[in-house]
Amino acid sequence: MDMNAPFFDFGLFGEGTSFIVAFFVGIGFGFFLERAGFGSARKLAAQFYFTDLTVFKVMFTAVVTALLGLFWLSWIGFLDLSRVNLLPSYPLPQAVGGLIFGIGFVAGGYCPGTACVASSTGKLDGFVHLLGMTTGILLFGEVFPYLINFYDSTALGEVTLGDAIGVPSNIMVFVIVVFAVLGFVAAGRIEDRSAKKLTGEP
Amino acid sequence: MTTDRTSVLQRILPWRLPRNPEPYWNPYVAGVGLGLVLLASFVIMGRGLGATGAFSATIAAGVNQVAPEHAHSSEYYIKYVGDGTANPLKDWLVFEILGVIVGGFLSGVLAGRVKKSIEKGPNISVRGRMIYAFFGGLTMGFGAKLARGCTSGQALTGGALMSVGSWVFILAVFASAYVVAYFVRKEWT
Repeated sequence: MDMNAPFFDFGLFGEGTSFIVAFFVGIGFGFFLERAGFGSARKLAAQFYFTDLTVFKVMFTAVVTALLGLFWLSWIGFLDLSRVNLLPSYPLPQAVGGLIFGIGFVAGGYCPGTACVASSTGKLDGFVHLLGMTTGILLFGEVFPYLINFYDSTALGEVTLGDAIGVPSNIMVFVIVVFAVLGFVAAGRIEDRSAKKLTGEP
Repeated sequence: MTTDRTSVLQRILPWRLPRNPEPYWNPYVAGVGLGLVLLASFVIMGRGLGATGAFSATIAAGVNQVAPEHAHSSEYYIKYVGDGTANPLKDWLVFEILGVIVGGFLSGVLAGRVKKSIEKGPNISVRGRMIYAFFGGLTMGFGAKLARGCTSGQALTGGALMSVGSWVFILAVFASAYVVAYFVRKEWT
């Protein structure tokens, strides 16, 4: 099969069209976030009290779906994976950023994308969350000169888990899928246990 | 507000919109849908999804309007404003996030879930919840910038590409949220 994806990279359309694509990709993204229940902070926060593990299930189903899709489309020679943007890794600032982000996630009740969906479906707290987020980004922009050394520390470049551990990417795909499926089974059991606790059943 | 919007839509739609909120979709069905949108973005654009980046671009555009000298002398804002010839709002993620807002609204309307409300547990005041929402959002915005992305740009996109930094981010977010959940339990339970 002729390799001709990513389409934008192969010059099938220009920048103007790419913005239209962006809008429609966004519509799909927002639609499925809302369908999953991610316009509700209570549903999102329940993940962290073990009562409703939808966040984990949806997130890892999405990751596994896209991961397998990328793997197969590149395997049949349709998609050139080397042309797909891989963000460079900076594990230390990304770990610290993730820890700070996690505080905001459970305290604010949303992540940036879900706060948009919450706002557009009428949740006032979602809108306030977005105002806070805007302030936080502005604050980061202002203190950036003091953080730049840390921000750029532990630069590993574009590196995948397979590269880091030293296993071929097809094995890494398999390992992630297995862990995700085990996680889904465990998530179901944890929810059952929480439900029994709430109703007082043994 | 809700009823007005719904009735306007109802007039042009050939089928009845639900009056009461419908149940959410099965998480695995919604997850596959989300994954296919992400995959489509990779195939069409060669890039994944994002959210924080759209806000960063908007803020940079604002700072550039209010204090152009400040924007051009900052190592941070210069990435967005460039040499000043291009509008920072002409950004792929800005258009994508506009779509997210529309897509979320459409899904909500079609399921009878668009309603002016505040999401909180029974044991916290509205004011308390709003304070948490604001400062939670602030903390999150800062963390997302430090990590070079959020749950969309790092966790979903980088996760599917098996990026090391993205998986570090995912683990850190969950670890931190589970610990902090205990301290903010009054907000949700």
